[in-house]
Amino acid sequence: MIGYALRRVLLAIPTLLVMLTAIFVLVRLVPGDAASVILGDQASAASLAALREKLGLDQPVHTQYLTFLGNVLTGNLGQSLSTGNSVIREVLLVLPSTIELTVAAIVIGLLFGLPLGVAAALSRNGWIDYVSRVVSLIGLSFPAFVSGILMLIVFAIHLGWFPVLGTTSGNASFYEKMRALALPALNLGIIMTAYVMRVTRAAMLGVMTEDYIRTARAKGVSPRTLVLTHALRNSLIPIITVVGLYFGTLIGNSVLTEIIFNRPGLGKLIISALNARDYTLLQGLMIIFAICVIIVNTLTDLAYGFVDPRVKYS
Amino acid sequence: MSAASTTVDLRPGGLWLAFAHNRLAWVGLALLTAIVFVALFAPWIAPYDPLEQNIVARLEPPSAEYWLGTDSFGRDVLSRLIYGSRISLFVGFVAILIAMVIGTTIGVISGYVGGVFDQIVMGVLDVLLAFPTLLLGLMIAAMLGASLENLIIAIAVTEIAPFARVARAPTITLRERDFVEASRSYGSSPLRIMSRHIVPNMISDVVVMSSLWLASAIRTEASLSFIGLGVPPPAATWGGMIREGFENILDAWWLSVFPSLAILATVLALNLLGDALRDASDPRSRAR
Repeated sequence: MIGYALRRVLLAIPTLLVMLTAIFVLVRLVPGDAASVILGDQASAASLAALREKLGLDQPVHTQYLTFLGNVLTGNLGQSLSTGNSVIREVLLVLPSTIELTVAAIVIGLLFGLPLGVAAALSRNGWIDYVSRVVSLIGLSFPAFVSGILMLIVFAIHLGWFPVLGTTSGNASFYEKMRALALPALNLGIIMTAYVMRVTRAAMLGVMTEDYIRTARAKGVSPRTLVLTHALRNSLIPIITVVGLYFGTLIGNSVLTEIIFNRPGLGKLIISALNARDYTLLQGLMIIFAICVIIVNTLTDLAYGFVDPRVKYS
Repeated sequence: MSAASTTVDLRPGGLWLAFAHNRLAWVGLALLTAIVFVALFAPWIAPYDPLEQNIVARLEPPSAEYWLGTDSFGRDVLSRLIYGSRISLFVGFVAILIAMVIGTTIGVISGYVGGVFDQIVMGVLDVLLAFPTLLLGLMIAAMLGASLENLIIAIAVTEIAPFARVARAPTITLRERDFVEASRSYGSSPLRIMSRHIVPNMISDVVVMSSLWLASAIRTEASLSFIGLGVPPPAATWGGMIREGFENILDAWWLSVFPSLAILATVLALNLLGDALRDASDPRSRAR
């Protein structure tokens, strides 16, 4: 297990380097001179030169690249151009809110998606299967902002069951906080439920035709044990893969959800960085997302070894 | 029925039969045909000019005169919706075409060359695959600036990795087949082997997936337009219409609801079709 884990972790290093290089190149693709884009047409030559020096744009490209790598690897992602705070600080300020939202969505997704997927697989081509497949396909077709807007209009504006704003002041009661979280979390959670349901169904269908399921059934294992310990356990690998892969989509969807429900978080941070042309903040956010994705990918691979001991010997 | 004993039948007849038996596929096909028809004949179908402003008819709710109401500039929502289908379909289609060409090339070369090169390429693609599509597109569009071309580039980049993955897997098996070996022993160059022997034998796998990813590209286009990184106003785009409607969401629901339904219908149609095609070409298919 340790050898397998070590190999996985080592593989993440070249990947990280390639991603960082890609981000470096991408940021330099900004048309024209970054300093004049940031400061606008009216900027004086002196302030342009000062900003160029501050951003290191007066250095040759290879020096810029090495400085960039060195800074990232020592945890220095630069300072936001609009607020002057360090990028890390800006992110840490809003991170709890995004984590709250995504964790709630994952809980909803697993809580509903797993049982629905198992139920659909067990009643293959029955009406439960048919209905849940159609419903999940509709769920998957919603861009997160479209479902968010429809939910906002129906449940918050017309029915008034939930507050229109997904945010509360610091001294709000737990109940108020939960009510504000409900719609955004449901919005993300329903899409996640559709994903989890689909992959659980497909994985269960694959496993249920295996010989060991027939053997278990033949030796008189109860249906409950058959499904839970024999079938579901062996379906977990594709499910974990999809949940791991879905992490990226979840982050993207949470950006849209935060805009719709006006919740603070990484999504709102990206949009404000975008509007303020805060390129260092955008670059820093990209690096943080890349690192998060690589970590989740590696953890997903490690989870394989945990769920299925055969993986680590291959 | 044992799924393991089902052979993959990619002959056109087999594919068509499996496809024809899928009722949902027909729903998708009908929806998509209607949307493509509307996009192609927009100037003849639209009741008004999508850009024509009418200050006296601002924010009118749906009525006999304006079926889907008017926006804050007094423009007809239905006409803008009809013209918006052109941008969504065009951007999605061109982006997927670019992604298909680049992604397939990367996947085939990586699979054919193999070794360390393949491992590194796949490592990067894995991260790209897991990287939030929307954020990747958002960053690229933000760096390049909002325009039609940049929007297409940004969306194309986000869809390269899935194409490369799907192209690579069959390449690895084809590489070891006898006819490829034979061609190699005649002295065919790798380029010739890849273009003459490998690509024609795996391209159907790639094409089958492309309608699912077209759905994803159209979703990304709508999301980027909603954020404000799409084709700039006053052009009518579905995401852009929702963006404008969102500002009036408390008193003019029709501005955001109708374009939302249009996006949903288009993506759903493509997903239904794509699902059916994938199931038809591979009975053991699993969710991506």
